[in-house]
Amino acid sequence: MVAVVPTSSAKGAVVTRRKSRTGYFLLLPGMTWLAIFFAIPFVTLFMTSLQAPVPGKSGQYTPAFQLSNYPDALAEYWPQFLRSFIYAGIATVLALLIAYPLAYFIAFKAGRWRALMLVLVIAPSFASFLLRTYAWKTILADEGFITTFFNYLHLLPDDRILNTGIAVIAGLTYNFLPFMILPLYAALEKIDPRLLEASNDLYASAFKTFRKVTWPLSLPGVVAGTLLTFIPAAGDYINSELLGSTKDRMIGNVIQTNFIEFRDYPTASALSFVLMAAILVLVFTYIRRAGTEDLL
Amino acid sequence: MRWIRRHFIGFIAILVLVYLFVPIAVVAVLSFNNPEGKYNTRWNEFSFDAWTNICGVPGVCDSFVISVRIGIISTLVATILGTMIAFGLVRYRFRGRSSTNLLIFLPMATPEVVMGASLLALFLNLRFPLGEMTIIIAHIMFTISFVVVTVKARLQGMDPGLEEAARDLYAGPGATFRFVTFPLVAPGIAGAALLGFSLSFDDFIISFFNAGTVVTFPIYIWGAAQRGIPVQVNALATLVFMIALAIVLITQLVGSRRRKMLEQEISRNSSSVDALVPKS
Repeated sequence: MVAVVPTSSAKGAVVTRRKSRTGYFLLLPGMTWLAIFFAIPFVTLFMTSLQAPVPGKSGQYTPAFQLSNYPDALAEYWPQFLRSFIYAGIATVLALLIAYPLAYFIAFKAGRWRALMLVLVIAPSFASFLLRTYAWKTILADEGFITTFFNYLHLLPDDRILNTGIAVIAGLTYNFLPFMILPLYAALEKIDPRLLEASNDLYASAFKTFRKVTWPLSLPGVVAGTLLTFIPAAGDYINSELLGSTKDRMIGNVIQTNFIEFRDYPTASALSFVLMAAILVLVFTYIRRAGTEDLL
Repeated sequence: MRWIRRHFIGFIAILVLVYLFVPIAVVAVLSFNNPEGKYNTRWNEFSFDAWTNICGVPGVCDSFVISVRIGIISTLVATILGTMIAFGLVRYRFRGRSSTNLLIFLPMATPEVVMGASLLALFLNLRFPLGEMTIIIAHIMFTISFVVVTVKARLQGMDPGLEEAARDLYAGPGATFRFVTFPLVAPGIAGAALLGFSLSFDDFIISFFNAGTVVTFPIYIWGAAQRGIPVQVNALATLVFMIALAIVLITQLVGSRRRKMLEQEISRNSSSVDALVPKS
């Protein structure tokens, strides 16, 4: 290791060079792991998405270049694709509306309760994701308090919440809420409270202060939070499976059943690939629109 | 009226916190239920059975042990690899930094179903047998990024003056790392490990794709959801939740107490220093 011989360079340069070797050494094992088990699988996923079935043998496929797998898969499953993006979009907006007041309170008003409240935001993830989702079956049950209340107001198109799209959206909103709260809090916490005071001193109303000062300054958190909520929600199939009916299936359900139950690997791979591509395109246009490129 | 306006946002904040805990309360309450029929979704009558006989249903505790084992192994490996990356990124200069950052960021921005499917495609094409090994490989893969982000934040927030001071006092690089750098970063590493374990222990989607016939705790719950989840599952999940919450609260408490003591010490010392310095 010490055998770094200085050639013509000064002493300082030797030190930096040795240091940079240690840098590569530190990165190598972890990055190799990510390359082999995260990056390369996308190549195999793409290859699998082009495979052709072996005639007469179901569940077996040979390497091919069958690009028609893509239009075929999309023609069959575009409703689930669209539904995933709509459900995830609604859930993201709801999560933003619910998360903002809490994040604002923790950042500006919580005082010595701040650390405890942050713990309480993370704590729900210590209880099983599946069981928490399953618990919504009890909360939204047909004879339950919430469904009865909304039925009393005649607000439910199907007279029920469970096994409808509403339940799926409710589950998605709940499950990914911490991913919205934490980035929002991180952005709000950086705002100097004196800016809000200044705005107040200059006779801006509370609403105007929010619209002209707080909201623009919290935008990086809004962008990060909406992405961290939207992406897992769009790919989720647990909420749809546990809380929805077969009419509310999302693209994740299709990928899962095609991959594991039907063993239709090319279709499932093509759908995964399109989902990932769609999300990446969406993310980059969204980030560019919001002018927050430096988030990456 | 003014009182309401002033406390309105606090009221909403508390409502949101309550909302976060409602499903957990349901899970906990139903762990004391004696359900009518096979589905444990409606309150019937109080019973301690699930708690006194927590392994009473075949498969529940087996799957629990498997999940704990997978969680420990993958957290250990991911914490070591991720911490190394974090040190490398913060402390050293090298080429390809932006692509390295992208490769760390992307696993956090990829839907689990896509990661699970692509990893399964790799294992199928390599004819790699699915099982506990493939689950561990997958869990290490998606945990590394979270470890890197957590430890990196801690390293960047560190006062570089402390390490300089150690070096000025003739500590070698080894001693500086052992007595200054590591103790300062350790809370970040511990937090990353806790996060990693909870991610691994609770992961369903990626595990389900790559499990083969292995049944982890979430996979057990998924299977049981169709035919009725045993009350014991609620009891175990409540137990895990309580233990995790206790660990986090205790570390928070100890951390804030230590900080307070340190501040007192500093203020006491500085006041004695003030006393020595003649006031002008």
